[in-house]
Amino acid sequence: MEVSEMQRQFVEYSQSLFREGYLDSQFTQLQQLQDESNPDFVMEVVTLFFEDSERLIRDLTCALDQQIVDFKTVDAHVHQLKGSSSSIGAQRVKNACVEFRNFCEEQNADACRACLQQVNQEYFLVKSKLQTLFTMEQQIVAAGGSIPIMD
Amino acid sequence: MEGEGSSCSSYACISRMEFGEEFHVLAVDDNLIDRKLVERLLKNSSCKGATCRESLRNKPLYALLSWYSVLHDLGLSELISESKVNLILTDYCMPGMTGYDLLKKIKESSHMREVPVVIMSSENVPTRINKCLEEGAQTFMLKPLKLSDIKKLRRQVIRSRK
Repeated sequence: MEVSEMQRQFVEYSQSLFREGYLDSQFTQLQQLQDESNPDFVMEVVTLFFEDSERLIRDLTCALDQQIVDFKTVDAHVHQLKGSSSSIGAQRVKNACVEFRNFCEEQNADACRACLQQVNQEYFLVKSKLQTLFTMEQQIVAAGGSIPIMD
Repeated sequence: MEGEGSSCSSYACISRMEFGEEFHVLAVDDNLIDRKLVERLLKNSSCKGATCRESLRNKPLYALLSWYSVLHDLGLSELISESKVNLILTDYCMPGMTGYDLLKKIKESSHMREVPVVIMSSENVPTRINKCLEEGAQTFMLKPLKLSDIKKLRRQVIRSRK
């Protein structure tokens, strides 16, 4: 595949992620913070996000599995996940967390479990899409091209 | 709950960075991703090459800043006077001690009270914001942070130093 075709597909894919609400303008902020002195910044932050989120989802699963659910703990974990997803621009994950927190407040365990499923789903979706995006970037660079800058 | 996981990174760490000329920012946040973002934002907006030191004294900040120890913990006081911290940028919601609590402790301390404190939060709660401003916070910033927020902050702080 020609580099220009790879770049075109990259731009199209990127734009679709924003259009479909997986990513928001905060992700663009991250991309703008990346430069020659910090060429891997986005990948580094996103990798941290993956590790942190998976840990939080595991902790949430455990907390909601208890006989007596400690909603304060559950809420604290969701708050963390909401914060980090917001900071990297993972909009759908963030929105799922917002809904989740409402049910924590209501102390509705069943609704919380449903929310966790939703958060889990949105998380793995955005993870897969970001990984695809990074792979496309790597292919462009390997072929000697530069990553198109998105506004 | 908060006492566990001392090996995990979910508790606040001290990052200390040069910000412009001889300007040291202490960034306090229990969220790892947010710390990484703040670090990049501050480095990005500084004139000179910036350095960053994590987890000072290899202790999570939570351990240093518990209710009982903040004023008496020489670690924190020394950190602030030794390294001449010029600005404290703190998250509001943290386990064990909120940014507001930290602000109060700093303002109550004779040798720390001159250091401007900026509070950050993901939640836009007017009563919370007013409470912090009344207690002497320099300003309040809404998360997620953007480069424009840091640039604005930098201008504000430089102006207030004159």
